[in-house]
Amino acid sequence: MIAYLIRRLIYAIPILIGVNLLTFALFFVVNTPDDMARMQLGIKRVTPEAIEKWKLQKGYDKPLLVNSRAAGAGQLTDTIFWHKSASMFVLDFGYSDDGRSISHEIATRMGPSLAIALPTFLIGLACYVSFALLMTLFRATTLDIAGVALCVVLMSISGLFYIIGGQFLVSKLWHLVPISGYGDGGFKFVVLPVIIGVIGGIGSSSRWYRTIFLEEIGRDYVRTARAKGLSELRVLFTHVLKNAMIPILTGVVVVIPLLFMGSLLTESFFGIPGLGSYTIDAINAQDFSVVRAMVFLGSLLYIAGLILTDISYTMVDPRVRLS
Amino acid sequence: MKSLAGILLLLLLSACDEWNNPYPASEAGQSILYTAFTERPKHLDPAQAYSENEYEFISNIYAPPLQYHYLKRPYQLVPQAASLMPTVTYQDAQHRSLPDDAPADRIAYSVYEIHIKPGMRYQPHPAFARTHDGRLEYEHLTPADLRDVHVPGDFPHSGTRVVNAADYVNQIKRLANPQLHLPIFGVMSEYIVGLKAYADTLQQAVQMHPDAFLDLSVYPLPGAEVVDDTTYRITIHGKYPQFAYWLAMPFFAPMPPEAERFYAQPGMRERNLSLDWWPVGSGPYFLSENNPNRRMVLTKNPYFDSERYPAEGEAEDDKAGLLADAGKALPLIDRVVFTLEKETIPYWNKFLQGYFDASGISSDSFDQAVQVSVGGETSVSDEMREQGITLSTSVAISTMYTGFNWLDPVVGGSSERARKLRQAIAIAVDFEEFVSIFANGRGISAQSPIPPGIFGYLEGEAGINKLVYDWAGGQAVRKPIAEARRLLAEAGYPDGVDINTHQPLVINLDTTATGVGNKSRLDWMRKQFEKLNVQLVVRSTDYNRFQDKVRRGDTQMFYFGWNADYPDPENFLFLLHGPQGKVSYSGENAANYSNPDYDRLFLKMKNMENSPARQAIIDQMLEILRRDSPWLWGYHPKNYVLQHGWLHNVKPSVMANNKLKYWRLDAKSRDALRARWNQPSRWPLWSALVLVLLSGFWLWRVLQKKEACSR
Repeated sequence: MIAYLIRRLIYAIPILIGVNLLTFALFFVVNTPDDMARMQLGIKRVTPEAIEKWKLQKGYDKPLLVNSRAAGAGQLTDTIFWHKSASMFVLDFGYSDDGRSISHEIATRMGPSLAIALPTFLIGLACYVSFALLMTLFRATTLDIAGVALCVVLMSISGLFYIIGGQFLVSKLWHLVPISGYGDGGFKFVVLPVIIGVIGGIGSSSRWYRTIFLEEIGRDYVRTARAKGLSELRVLFTHVLKNAMIPILTGVVVVIPLLFMGSLLTESFFGIPGLGSYTIDAINAQDFSVVRAMVFLGSLLYIAGLILTDISYTMVDPRVRLS
Repeated sequence: MKSLAGILLLLLLSACDEWNNPYPASEAGQSILYTAFTERPKHLDPAQAYSENEYEFISNIYAPPLQYHYLKRPYQLVPQAASLMPTVTYQDAQHRSLPDDAPADRIAYSVYEIHIKPGMRYQPHPAFARTHDGRLEYEHLTPADLRDVHVPGDFPHSGTRVVNAADYVNQIKRLANPQLHLPIFGVMSEYIVGLKAYADTLQQAVQMHPDAFLDLSVYPLPGAEVVDDTTYRITIHGKYPQFAYWLAMPFFAPMPPEAERFYAQPGMRERNLSLDWWPVGSGPYFLSENNPNRRMVLTKNPYFDSERYPAEGEAEDDKAGLLADAGKALPLIDRVVFTLEKETIPYWNKFLQGYFDASGISSDSFDQAVQVSVGGETSVSDEMREQGITLSTSVAISTMYTGFNWLDPVVGGSSERARKLRQAIAIAVDFEEFVSIFANGRGISAQSPIPPGIFGYLEGEAGINKLVYDWAGGQAVRKPIAEARRLLAEAGYPDGVDINTHQPLVINLDTTATGVGNKSRLDWMRKQFEKLNVQLVVRSTDYNRFQDKVRRGDTQMFYFGWNADYPDPENFLFLLHGPQGKVSYSGENAANYSNPDYDRLFLKMKNMENSPARQAIIDQMLEILRRDSPWLWGYHPKNYVLQHGWLHNVKPSVMANNKLKYWRLDAKSRDALRARWNQPSRWPLWSALVLVLLSGFWLWRVLQKKEACSR
């Protein structure tokens, strides 16, 4: 397994380089270094000299990908791409274009993001799987049809509606929790976003898990279990659930590392100081340093998620071997 | 799952009394102002900050020599850190003294001598901490010393010291520091003697020693000199009376060299320990918490004792209770907590719950908050009045305009044809309607670039744009559309058709407005042009491309706006000064308007003191502008601010950003009202609990039955 992991990590390097290159190309197709300078310097009294000075100081005065005026390796290394990308492979994210340490920012924002995303993920997973199992248990009955209909209704409602509706009911009308914020005694700030996050995901996730369970429940081992006299609950929660783990894990484990990245909408409406809005704010501010750092981090976490998924297969299914 | 939900509900039931309040219970009864910010500030260094959202913080932290009087209108400069207003003397090219009334063209230099108040002290900060033998304690730190340091408060010791004139000179020198990005360097280097050459000298020094601390005391600047501990002089080229306004901005606040040296130490920047993140000022507050992702906290500077609440104001201020605190030491509030609220809905609801002390009004909440009488008077709605909320309004020192590109062959230029075309459009585009529909009436139609409250703006009939409005019934009334059609025909486009090409007239509007939210505005604009049978093509683009088009002069019409730096007509009229042309000179004249008569009058007006003679010149300039119509003058926005009854001394001031020190609040009254307004409703929790239990029981019964049947 160690050899497999090392191989997967080595494969990750060209993927990360490719992602970096793509991000770089997409960003600079839309924004020039001059545009970035103007965005940072504001719109009042910005002189061409100030723009040149900004570019020089931030390292955007160099050619983008190839420096034809440099000699030897300098043709590749004395470029914006090299200067902004190479250091990230040792996890040195540098400074944002307004001069703040990106690593510091990520470190301080990750906690609040996790505080929302992790309980939402865990409670949500438990709720979705249980609800799906119940629908499976009552399959082809009125209860099942009502459950599916409910899921479709919940799926059809915009996530924003849950947030605004939840804030209106729970915070504004009933005064049970603060409308927004995050701070000392963080539990009261986390309750509502977590509940809304869980409710918002019930529709799609429960339907997905129900489909997986229905596929499993028609298999021979289930019939055998029933023939042996096991209760329906035991069949479902012990045997079906266990055997449905591979497709569940495929969808679940891969997102675990991405929980660090937070949620844009939830964090924005609830005033959670997480990573969710960091990338969007950076794109709006044309801050390439932050954009490339966050895309790199996202790619890294996604690759980590895929590797974790592979490892998790070996845990739930002894037939799977990583080699 | 059920047990988890049960635990959650029990927790909710047991603790919901506390949960509604987003602030710690320990803060109850304290003199803390709760407010919000919607966008994190980019810079807090007084040499780099220039935006309104940055000034909201640093204007309360730094103390420049001058400030705007909090109560008097029109806006008036008064001393802040200065002990009295600067004395200005004039010199000719040979540095010989000239009388005060010397003509501007003879004045080669103006010397501003500024006396600061003795004994003012900086906020507590580790940069000032000293050892027993008097050395700076944290002068030679290594990255290892900073291992457990994340904020200045993590240093065990802090200190302060007296502000001196050298600190003010040091900050002026910083304006040329090549390691910083000074937004006003272009303007200041034109005026402050030697600043441009000084920047070159510093640039060379940085290039020679790129990693070394740039000690500005080694490099003298001719235009800024220390006279003694409490006096310094600034020498500027020529006569520039508006320079005094710049002295009220944080660009000219004192900067202690110890702070610069402190933050320049290795390892500081990696921890976001810099002047751009942790300011060091001598103003009424200091930044005690800086987490711009969540909240920023200003705490009363314990060493600030140099200011008292003003004893004079406008006639109605006394009646409004704004002089009740006259003579009291400032600031009147101990702490100010700014919470990041990006979305308007939670911001508004928290204000209504009493968790923010003041709030603006978004369009969504306007009808809930404000009622407009038949006579056009605005007041708070009954719902707000019941909560004791009051409304303050003020006209912003801003102009939102639509520019014609003077270089465009169709709409630009000084030909009679183009002029009449622009005048026709100026009549057709009904900005009163625009303000009514899209700004909830929060704005007034502009008659020229100069907004109300600025010298040069005339009220009543004398101030109207007679080419667009008639004076009838004691108010300005837009001319009928027939007049616009007549002008359009005279311009060579009868009924919107070009008499030469027989093609319909098509005009392009460049804008960054895109999406559904802006569609109605753009549709409205199209309809205004349809009144003349002129086709308006809206070319929406992203911000970068739009700026690029304006810079290259590839536009016909475009939306723009200007917020004043200072309350002087020069700061608006320069936007149409020829040598400020965007295409030719990269200046602020985005319309590239050029009229030699206007330019000549502008140069004459800009250095004059406010006087009837200056007003006469401004009148002439405005007449030229109205005739040429290089802009659709647009409108001046009005600011509406709501505040709770427990907040006192709030007077709208669009120029002063340092107003927090004057505010006072009644924390006890706030606590009582908050408790009354935020009684939690427990029935939903009980209902949810009962529902969960009943569902669980029912499910259990169904399962039992199912199991029995299967057996």
